[in-house]
Amino acid sequence: MTAGTVTPYRPGQQTGRDGFAQLLRSEWTKFRTVRGWVIGLVVAALVTVLLGLFAAGATFSSCQSTSGGPARTGAACGPTFPVGPGGEPVDDSFYFVRQPLTGNGSITVQVTSLTGLLPPANGNLPSNPAAPADTRPGLVPWAKAGLIIKDGTSQGSAYAAMMVTADHGVRMQDNYTSDTAGQPGAVSPASPRWLRLTRSGDTITGYDSADGTTWTQVGTVHLAGLSSKVQAGLFAASPAYTVVSQNFGGGTNGSSLSSQATAVFDHVSRSGTWPGSTWTGDYIGAGDASGIGGYHQAGGRFTVTGSGDIAPVVAGHGNEGDPGTTLTDRLLGTFAGLIAVIVVATMFITAEYRRGLIRITLAASPRRGRVLAAKTIVIGSVTFVAGLVAAAAAVIFGTQLARARGTYVFPASWATELRVVVGTAALLAAAAVLALALGTVLRRSAAAVTIVIVAIVLPYILGIASVLPVGAADWLLRVTPAAAFAVQQAAPQYPQVIALYSPGSGYFPLAPWAGFAVLCAYAALALGLAVMLLRRRDA
Amino acid sequence: MSQALAAGPPGLPVTRRAGATCMRDTLHAEWTKLRTVAGPAWLVAGTVVLTVAVSAAATAAVRCPSGTACPVDTTKLSLTGIEFGQAIVAILAVLVISGEYSTGMIRVTLTAMPRRSAVLAAKAVLVAGLVLAAGTVAVGGSVLAGRVILPGHGFTAARGFPLESLADGPTLRAAAGSVLYLALIALLSLGIATVVRDSAVAIGVVLGLLYLSPIIIAAVAGDPVWSHRLERYAPMSAGLTIQNTTGLRGLPISPWGGLGVLAAWAAAAVLAGALVLRLRDA
Repeated sequence: MTAGTVTPYRPGQQTGRDGFAQLLRSEWTKFRTVRGWVIGLVVAALVTVLLGLFAAGATFSSCQSTSGGPARTGAACGPTFPVGPGGEPVDDSFYFVRQPLTGNGSITVQVTSLTGLLPPANGNLPSNPAAPADTRPGLVPWAKAGLIIKDGTSQGSAYAAMMVTADHGVRMQDNYTSDTAGQPGAVSPASPRWLRLTRSGDTITGYDSADGTTWTQVGTVHLAGLSSKVQAGLFAASPAYTVVSQNFGGGTNGSSLSSQATAVFDHVSRSGTWPGSTWTGDYIGAGDASGIGGYHQAGGRFTVTGSGDIAPVVAGHGNEGDPGTTLTDRLLGTFAGLIAVIVVATMFITAEYRRGLIRITLAASPRRGRVLAAKTIVIGSVTFVAGLVAAAAAVIFGTQLARARGTYVFPASWATELRVVVGTAALLAAAAVLALALGTVLRRSAAAVTIVIVAIVLPYILGIASVLPVGAADWLLRVTPAAAFAVQQAAPQYPQVIALYSPGSGYFPLAPWAGFAVLCAYAALALGLAVMLLRRRDA
Repeated sequence: MSQALAAGPPGLPVTRRAGATCMRDTLHAEWTKLRTVAGPAWLVAGTVVLTVAVSAAATAAVRCPSGTACPVDTTKLSLTGIEFGQAIVAILAVLVISGEYSTGMIRVTLTAMPRRSAVLAAKAVLVAGLVLAAGTVAVGGSVLAGRVILPGHGFTAARGFPLESLADGPTLRAAAGSVLYLALIALLSLGIATVVRDSAVAIGVVLGLLYLSPIIIAAVAGDPVWSHRLERYAPMSAGLTIQNTTGLRGLPISPWGGLGVLAAWAAAAVLAGALVLRLRDA
């Protein structure tokens, strides 16, 4: 045994080939060489696009012109909305008592009362909204009246307003989407509110006061490109009275009837150059709403009545004016794609158990956590890429098809579109990781596939198409992995507009990425459990 | 030599002539397979527990505050758990056949019972029977939960919601129909799994077929033609119309007609399964 050292046999390429990159490569090879899995992913992408296109194509608008002309179809008869300064569709109808203001200046007023009329209270709204209804006194929560400075009288023009509201105190609102709170509390003759708007160049500042001497600044807004001559004065508006009701078969419906508000103004005082000599009262956007409105002047006291709203249009079926579909509707096929992805991701591990390949895999690379990590990265990446392609195609082609079929497609910023598309791809990837982890824990395909599908898809179905009340459906979409569909919400929820914000019309209870985080938490938990069990158990 | 064969191996009682396997033997063999593994028992128990639990939770989530009209079909509400329970029924039915394919047992089965349609028929009878039994318990529990919970949530007899009872015609129809619905879902799943063979793919296809229809219907709500078609002919939407006890006039398809549509789906799936099983190598 003195014949020197014995060199153990080492295959030439062994050193340096045991890295994580090799493990990734071997898992990728496993994935791409099983024809069924590749087909499964292609099917997932295809059904995602095709179902979205089907839904976009099946929704078809037809209408008849009011003058009894021929019936029209397609792009000629979608709803039209005024467009606000930010490019979003807006509601802009209210009663306006105005005078022109040239250059800088300000207007101050005391509001002593806000009252109104509502449609009947029994919840059984007449099936024909045009039918005369027995009104009753009362105000919708966002009935509003006050001062407004507006860049002309056309609908959708820039504005800033100080107002009293029925239930939300004094507010300053501008350009349809912004809303700032002032003094809380309702207005009454015993507790009047003083409002002031001051223009200085492009800047408009709003103040409120309880007594007309001590003033508090509520907010300052910049209205870019505001004309030198603007219209300023008093306004009143009252949004539609919305009742959210449950359907017999399931789901929820919203129905709206117009309401009206009447405000009493006193002590109107102005500074600056007001070239007009008298007040003009007219209804802005009379074609849109019922056109209820008018004003009465007695001495220094103005009584202004109006209906309608100055606010963003809320997307979704069943909301006022039926503004139709959003990006969310284009991605309906995600559910079908999701099921295919879950099946493929589960089989990526359970097939190894079924065929006994797991024993070879673990013999070749005994550090089991790293094997699962490599599988996670491979399945997550391929589903992300497939999802990205599918979601982008569904959004682009679906939007074109829907427009061609005359459906009003709610506009969204490119940042929102990007978030929805990338979020959908990430949702598919996270669901795939959850399925892989559960497949590792259970080692059986059928149970793992069912659990993941039921956990992600069923809460959504119960949310949109069951007799569950909105509260219970919202709760399901907060705590189950289905919360992740929040990344697909394309239209924002506005606290200052009451509407049907339900999952069925594309609104989710959690913020987009918060909802996605819920799914990620489930996936991480399952992955942790999978690593633990994979290490402890014999394969 | 031939006598020895006819007598069978020594020491074993000869009860029947060799080769005369009849339906009863096939059923007995399939029942033994089903009975002697732990999975089916757990799945049956899971169907009952989860159906009742989800039904009770859904019922408990709905309240009818006094002074408002509540257009809620309380019977349908108290049977909500069926939408959940059917997923477990689907696993049970899929595993009855795809489990044999994954272990290779199917080759033994078909060697012992060469009449392949009879094997599938025996599996269908046993799975349907098992699901009927489990479904009866699950639906009974759900109705009982509704009976206990609903009056406390404002759904009282004084306001037009009599105590839920199987003596009531529509309620009995909804309850018995839900049991049949589960059995038909089991047959549909069995047929699809026989065609597809792999359990993961089969369960994906079944759940996709069931759960996608309500989502698509909600999405094409703007198009009356397509939503009406889907409500009438999609297996889950059509089959679950059997649960409606109010507003029957407004339904897209009559309750029994809807269950009939599901039965047609199930029959088509089982027939396709039988055909493929005969034509294909195992």
